[in-house]
Amino acid sequence: MKNYWNSIPEQVKRISILLIVIVAAFIVIRANLVPKDFGELGHYRTSAIDEIIAQNLKYGGEILCSECHDDVAEKKASSFHKNVSCEVCHGPAADHADDPDSFTPTAPKDRDTCPICHEYLQSRPTGFPQIISVSHNPFKPCKSCHNAHDPTPPETPKECSACHKEIFSVKSLSHHAFVECKTCHKTKDNHRLSPREFIPEKPTSRNFCGQCHSDEIVNNDEIPKISMTEHEPKYVCWQCHYPHLPEAK
Amino acid sequence: MIDSEKNDETRRNFLRKLCYSAVLAFVSPSLVMRGKNKKIVEWIIGENYNPYDHYWSMGIDINKCIGCGRCAESCKIENNVPKEPFFFRTWVERYHIYKDGEVAIDSPNGAINGFSKVVSEKSLEKSFFVPKICNQCDHPPCVQVCPVGATFKSIDGVVLVDANYCIGCRYCIQACPYGARYIHPVTRSADKCTFCYHRIVKGKLPACVENCPTQARVFGEFKKKASPIERFRRMNKINVLKPALNTEPKVFYANLDMEVK
Ligand code: HEC
Ligand code: HEC
Ligand code: HEC
Ligand code: HEC
Ligand code: HEC
Ligand code: HEC
Ligand code: HEC
Ligand code: HEC
Repeated sequence: MKNYWNSIPEQVKRISILLIVIVAAFIVIRANLVPKDFGELGHYRTSAIDEIIAQNLKYGGEILCSECHDDVAEKKASSFHKNVSCEVCHGPAADHADDPDSFTPTAPKDRDTCPICHEYLQSRPTGFPQIISVSHNPFKPCKSCHNAHDPTPPETPKECSACHKEIFSVKSLSHHAFVECKTCHKTKDNHRLSPREFIPEKPTSRNFCGQCHSDEIVNNDEIPKISMTEHEPKYVCWQCHYPHLPEAK
Repeated sequence: MIDSEKNDETRRNFLRKLCYSAVLAFVSPSLVMRGKNKKIVEWIIGENYNPYDHYWSMGIDINKCIGCGRCAESCKIENNVPKEPFFFRTWVERYHIYKDGEVAIDSPNGAINGFSKVVSEKSLEKSFFVPKICNQCDHPPCVQVCPVGATFKSIDGVVLVDANYCIGCRYCIQACPYGARYIHPVTRSADKCTFCYHRIVKGKLPACVENCPTQARVFGEFKKKASPIERFRRMNKINVLKPALNTEPKVFYANLDMEVK
């Protein structure tokens, strides 16, 4: 044995001892370094999850508010703002729900909060009620005419542009500027109160556009005429011409 | 000869000290880190929440988004995300697609103050908003690259970050194809959307979903239980971002334009 040990060259001995020390050190350090609960559920510390869920809540959630403010919640539930959560306007209020006396949420009484959602932007989807705040009853706070919890306007909007602003502004610069919305869309008045329940009609056939554009109509108006039988009979007109901006080019 | 012996001496000293300090440096924090452990069973009982019963996902309907940015703002408040620009767990982008084919994308301060009108002489083809968020991939590339196991997919499908274990190496930020991660300037660890994990285990909605006024964001179980995601996936043509990367996102988009990256 001893012979064998002696027969190993000196440098090999040293290097293997060093190697053993390194491997041992690695095992010891690793055992110490890797937390006890690492790898129980996966390649991570189980207690990380505890630390993550220990984070405090800032937003209590609408269900919580409704427990004490059932009058407001009930009113809002049947209004245009039914999907707008309380804390969107009142700010985070979980602390208030825990202890209503020490923490009081604020209410947006100025004219700046509502336009975050209601200012006219081209990118907003059609049907969303929009205003231009500098010209919509300026200087008065919104709440003097609209109850924030049931914002139904004091009078029914007369203009389609209230909710279809983008279509309206495109059309008003087009050749159809003087063709009324209602000429093409038979619209019940209720559409302006419950827009999704009373959907307006849309033109369904080529003949609808033909009322004005067919070359069989002989009069002296300025409306450009086409032959209904020869002008692209395979398609309905609005597959090529956007009816709110009907450029022929 | 004498010179080299001396050299040897100092080298040995140096090596010895290096060993000591390495041992010290490794052992001390691992002692501190112990003692916080709590078993998964206790956790389930404690919160009355069993992660094995859930698998979370989100649906985003582009046609319903009005670009008010309440999601981005409430996310920052709820999760202590720094108020400065560039730090976001969720944000909203605005797309302008012009008739000449040009696509302009903007997201002023992540939309936490909403958007203002842009004026352009060019005629517009269409325009819309796209809320962005960590896609909670089922095959998350960020988890694969983390060298220490500080980011992981939990049992209920949410990709989380262990901020106390993260070494701040930024590999995950490089690996994320959606740009959904950032280094938190205070904790100096990686940070990203957790689907508000601390809220969902308590039966609450994520802050962005709670505060979305038009239900453009819906949240719920993916295939495990009845949830709003069911109808969302049935009624809409669903897309995910960058499907070619096979990350299998669990954030589903409805009415997503081809131009959206
Ligand atoms: C535990 C019952 C309770 C819950 C839950 C609760 N509130 Fe209140 N809230 C009160 C009481 C009581 C007051 C009246 C306090 C006062 O007048 O100082 C109040 C007042 C308010 C006010 C009016 C403050 C003012 O200026 O007069 C607002 C706004 C409000 N709560 C919003 C909320 C919201 C949002 C939530 C949901 C996160 C909520 N509350 C949940 C009890 C509650
Ligand atoms: C669209 C924004 C908005 C939403 C959503 C909203 N509020 Fe308000 N709330 C206001 C404004 C603005 C006031 C101030 C009204 C005033 O001063 O006349 C207010 C006032 C209040 C008050 C004070 C007393 C009162 O009735 O005037 C309470 C309480 C309150 N809100 C609770 C709630 C609760 C609970 C919810 C959710 C169910 C909610 N609010 C949702 C904007 C909102
Ligand atoms: C977070 C976004 C948001 C905020 C803030 C908000 N609203 Fe609304 N508002 C909505 C939504 C969503 C609707 C419903 C639109 C729909 O049904 O398509 C709505 C509907 C309305 C309507 C109905 C218009 C109509 O005739 O259809 C009015 C008026 C209104 N809001 C006024 C206000 C006022 C006043 C405030 C400020 C106190 C306010 N809103 C704040 C999102 C918001
Ligand atoms: C002087 C009263 C008054 C004030 C102040 C007022 N509104 Fe109105 N609002 C109305 C009336 C009346 C209508 C319905 C008729 C119309 O279309 O103008 C309306 C309609 C609306 C509509 C539906 C779209 C439309 O144009 O019909 C929205 C959204 C709206 N208002 C938001 C606001 C917001 C936001 C503020 C605050 C910045 C505000 N209003 C301030 C009286 C007011
Ligand atoms: C109170 C807001 C509001 C007003 C005012 C309003 N609309 Fe609408 N309109 C909507 C909404 C919301 C939709 C549904 C949009 C959607 O879901 O895509 C809609 C849809 C429509 C549609 C499409 C129906 C379909 O089948 O896609 C037409 C056409 C329309 N409106 C015409 C009009 C006309 C014409 C007027 C004026 C007389 C008008 N609207 C006034 C809110 C409004
Ligand atoms: C010349 C006839 C005509 C006029 C005038 C007209 N429309 Fe239309 N509109 C149509 C036709 C046709 C469609 C169907 C388009 C399609 O399906 O591609 C339509 C579709 C719509 C839609 C649903 C599709 C979309 O583009 O979002 C809305 C909303 C709408 N119109 C609103 C309006 C409003 C508001 C006005 C007035 C400002 C108006 N329209 C004026 C013919 C007209
Ligand atoms: C109420 C009558 C009326 C109806 C219905 C009508 N239009 Fe027009 N149309 C007009 C008038 C008026 C002009 C513009 C004439 C002018 O520029 O002086 C016009 C112009 C046009 C132009 C020519 C634009 C150009 O560049 O010269 C097109 C294309 C067109 N309309 C398509 C349609 C289509 C498609 C429909 C069916 C959805 C339709 N119109 C329905 C009255 C109508
Ligand atoms: C397949 C696409 C297509 C369809 C479908 C179509 N158009 Fe056109 N239309 C065009 C094109 C392209 C032009 C311009 C070139 C030309 O003058 O032929 C035009 C031109 C016009 C003009 C302007 C003619 C002039 O003299 O200035 C009118 C008006 C018009 N169309 C109305 C209609 C009406 C109404 C319908 C439905 C009955 C319709 N179009 C269907 C493609 C179409």
